[in-house]
Amino acid sequence: MNLAGRLTVSAFMHDPITMGGVLMMIVLGLGVVGALFYFKRWRWLWREWLTALDPKKIGVMYLGLASFMLLRGVADVMMIRVQQATSVGASHGIVSTDTFQQVFSAHGTIMIFFVAMGFMFGLINLIVPLQIGARDVAFPFLNSVSFWLYASGLALINLSLVIGSFSPAGWLAYPPLSELAYSPGVGVDYWIWSLQIAGLGSLLSGINFTVTILRMRAVGMSLMKMPIFVWSVLCAMALVIFAFPILTATLAMLALDRTLGMHFFTATGGGNPMMYVNLIWSWGHPEVYILMLPAFGIYSEIVATFARKRLFGYKSMVFALGAITVLSFIVWLHHFFTMGAGADVNAFFGIMTGVIAIPTGVKVFNWLFTMYRGRIKFATPMYWFLGFVFTFTIGGMTGVLMSVPAIDFQVHNTLFLVAHFHNMIIGGVLFGYFAGFSYWFPKMFGFKLNERLGRYAFWCWFVGFLVAFMPLYILGLMGATRRLDHYDASMGWQWLFIVAGVGVAIICAGIGFQLLQLAVSIWKRKANQDLTGDPWNGRTLEWSVASPAPVYNFAVLPVVSERDPFWEAKEANQAYGLAKYSDIVMPKNSGMGLIIAGFAFIFGFAVVWHIWWLVALALLGVIVSIVVRASDDDTEAIIPAAEVQRLEAAARARRQTA
Amino acid sequence: MSVVRAVAPPDNDKTLFGFWVYLMTDCVFFASLFATYAVLHTSTFGGPGSAQLFDLPPVLAETFILLTSSFTAGLAMLAAHRGNKHQVLGWLMVTFVLGAAFLGLELKEFHHLATTGNSWRRSGFLSAFFTLVGTHGLHISVGLVWMGVLMTKVWRSGLTAVNLKRLTLVSLFWHFLDIIWIFIFTMVYLMGSLS
Repeated sequence: MNLAGRLTVSAFMHDPITMGGVLMMIVLGLGVVGALFYFKRWRWLWREWLTALDPKKIGVMYLGLASFMLLRGVADVMMIRVQQATSVGASHGIVSTDTFQQVFSAHGTIMIFFVAMGFMFGLINLIVPLQIGARDVAFPFLNSVSFWLYASGLALINLSLVIGSFSPAGWLAYPPLSELAYSPGVGVDYWIWSLQIAGLGSLLSGINFTVTILRMRAVGMSLMKMPIFVWSVLCAMALVIFAFPILTATLAMLALDRTLGMHFFTATGGGNPMMYVNLIWSWGHPEVYILMLPAFGIYSEIVATFARKRLFGYKSMVFALGAITVLSFIVWLHHFFTMGAGADVNAFFGIMTGVIAIPTGVKVFNWLFTMYRGRIKFATPMYWFLGFVFTFTIGGMTGVLMSVPAIDFQVHNTLFLVAHFHNMIIGGVLFGYFAGFSYWFPKMFGFKLNERLGRYAFWCWFVGFLVAFMPLYILGLMGATRRLDHYDASMGWQWLFIVAGVGVAIICAGIGFQLLQLAVSIWKRKANQDLTGDPWNGRTLEWSVASPAPVYNFAVLPVVSERDPFWEAKEANQAYGLAKYSDIVMPKNSGMGLIIAGFAFIFGFAVVWHIWWLVALALLGVIVSIVVRASDDDTEAIIPAAEVQRLEAAARARRQTA
Repeated sequence: MSVVRAVAPPDNDKTLFGFWVYLMTDCVFFASLFATYAVLHTSTFGGPGSAQLFDLPPVLAETFILLTSSFTAGLAMLAAHRGNKHQVLGWLMVTFVLGAAFLGLELKEFHHLATTGNSWRRSGFLSAFFTLVGTHGLHISVGLVWMGVLMTKVWRSGLTAVNLKRLTLVSLFWHFLDIIWIFIFTMVYLMGSLS
């Protein structure tokens, strides 16, 4: 038996471009490690962050990793754009066909699973407990396990760049291409196991936040008095609960095909590749809404705050969210009308897809009516919101267009589709998370982001987005299929690809401004301090506590009688007052989440490379760590009332200086 | 909102509720495998189908063993609520043995199929069969490990509140697996033998 499985020295050999990426990652990693040694911050890192169970800290870690992965995903997209702009006729561009396939597969996988999901869970962790008036999530330790599983999946996908290769089979790895017969390398296995591990984390988070929202709301906060962001998260988590097990099962079956020689989706042996496509999209379409709904929630909070009005049509907003939640499970087939299911089936899914536009339209009108006659304050989050309304409406229209099966047949798998879903995911999801990031940033760190640089970043993203993706709509209608690594000069596509490349360059400038904004804001944080805890004149409970929020969130658990409780309290002049404090019980920090996920990471790596003894060892490690943690009965610590009193008095003093 | 503290939020049992939600996700997981089996159960690729392969009497024995173990798990819970530690341990032990016997019979069937040329590599149908039934078996194994750990805990620290909660969860898990098995027995074995 070979102790190293199929791992050989050749796994470390790459072509020059990949090697550049590897070197950059190694330099970056060494830089971080060196800095930690130089500033003697290891103990700080372990105590304050790696073992943290505070959802606010876990949220910040999610945001940090997601931002890092955003940079990696953008590096991929730059390569795609350069390749497609230059690989015409006699020229074959900058990367080989094989590398190109890995690049677009990695781009999609990273952006959905590690950027969008990371941003989403980051913001949820930060804000949901605060908005419902709770001190923590329902299962703080499980929350840390979820985060570290996400981090393990993320580490595994980055490792594929260094050791071996990544999947060449697209972001959803359709069989039979992704089967062993056609993709014999380790790439697809890396894809499977990084998603499997991260997906398990998402599933556990889904359970955790469902229970948190349903069981830990402040006294008096009935469901119909919840902030709309909480509603959107509840709907998204319901989708997680129902959709992610399907992903787990589907990935497991593909893995069984590849490692044990089963025949679920193979082209021979009685397998059924189209079943994979059905299964993956029964997860995949809800997944789109898992990302989208919380962004809708964020926009709703922002528009009400900055229009300084109650959200228009709260109830219809809730019903729209619910309708989208249900409908998102019965539209999956529109991703493959061309399967040939027949006119009746296609008609059903086409109509259901069109129907989703109705609740979505309700939401857009609610937002517009919220602004109507409001005294709108144009802060950065509002820019993202307005940009979203514009781009999302275009994307929605092209979506409805494609919901007609006859039209879909024409544009299936073309760049028209690519433009459409980027329209939804950049102009809808990502803008929403950026809006939420700048809106809630003061609550995380105690100071605001620089407004001017934020506006520059927004304009670059907005203009860059349009310049990058409008050409793709046209290209799609001209017949350009997605994932092209080369085309003939006579097609007349090149100039449009070059325009799209310019668009990406503008987006990169936007990212540059975001990084600069972060740096400048940290540098000049004294000038932008949020002393009141309520920098935007907010409406919901998270603004009623100091910024950054104390570890226990609320010194005294709030009692709610209205929607927008903090706004109402301010109106009644009862927002702040003195109270009698008592001891607060909070969970102790624990490193076990990191350890369990670390074993999961080793497990994933060992399965990819067929190192079976290590697989067994890692599994044993997972089981033993779980048992050890479950046997630990000393998991809580007390914050004495005097300490709470001291912190609250300090916060009050800060507020009075403002 | 006011700053006076009224009453603490009702202390609902979050763990129990969370566990129910987890069970529902597991239910969806099994539903995916059932759906796959339903699609693939005729894809025998020239090999034997369910009617030729399945031998009902041992499967019926498995079913009764598992149902009985669910019953004894219930008796353990009743004893736990009465505070009778020794009975709890006794009934858990019986449940454990029955669960292990079930697993043994299942492995025997798997072994027989695999050694007679009908392993999971043979056809899409057999891949789906081994995966669906095997996943249930894997859950049973997890349940057995859990029960084993819990028995040592109850043995050492008695029927504390936290141990009672753990007992409740493991028994929920066990009953859940029982229900899944009823579906496997019906859809895979009974309907398969008829076809």
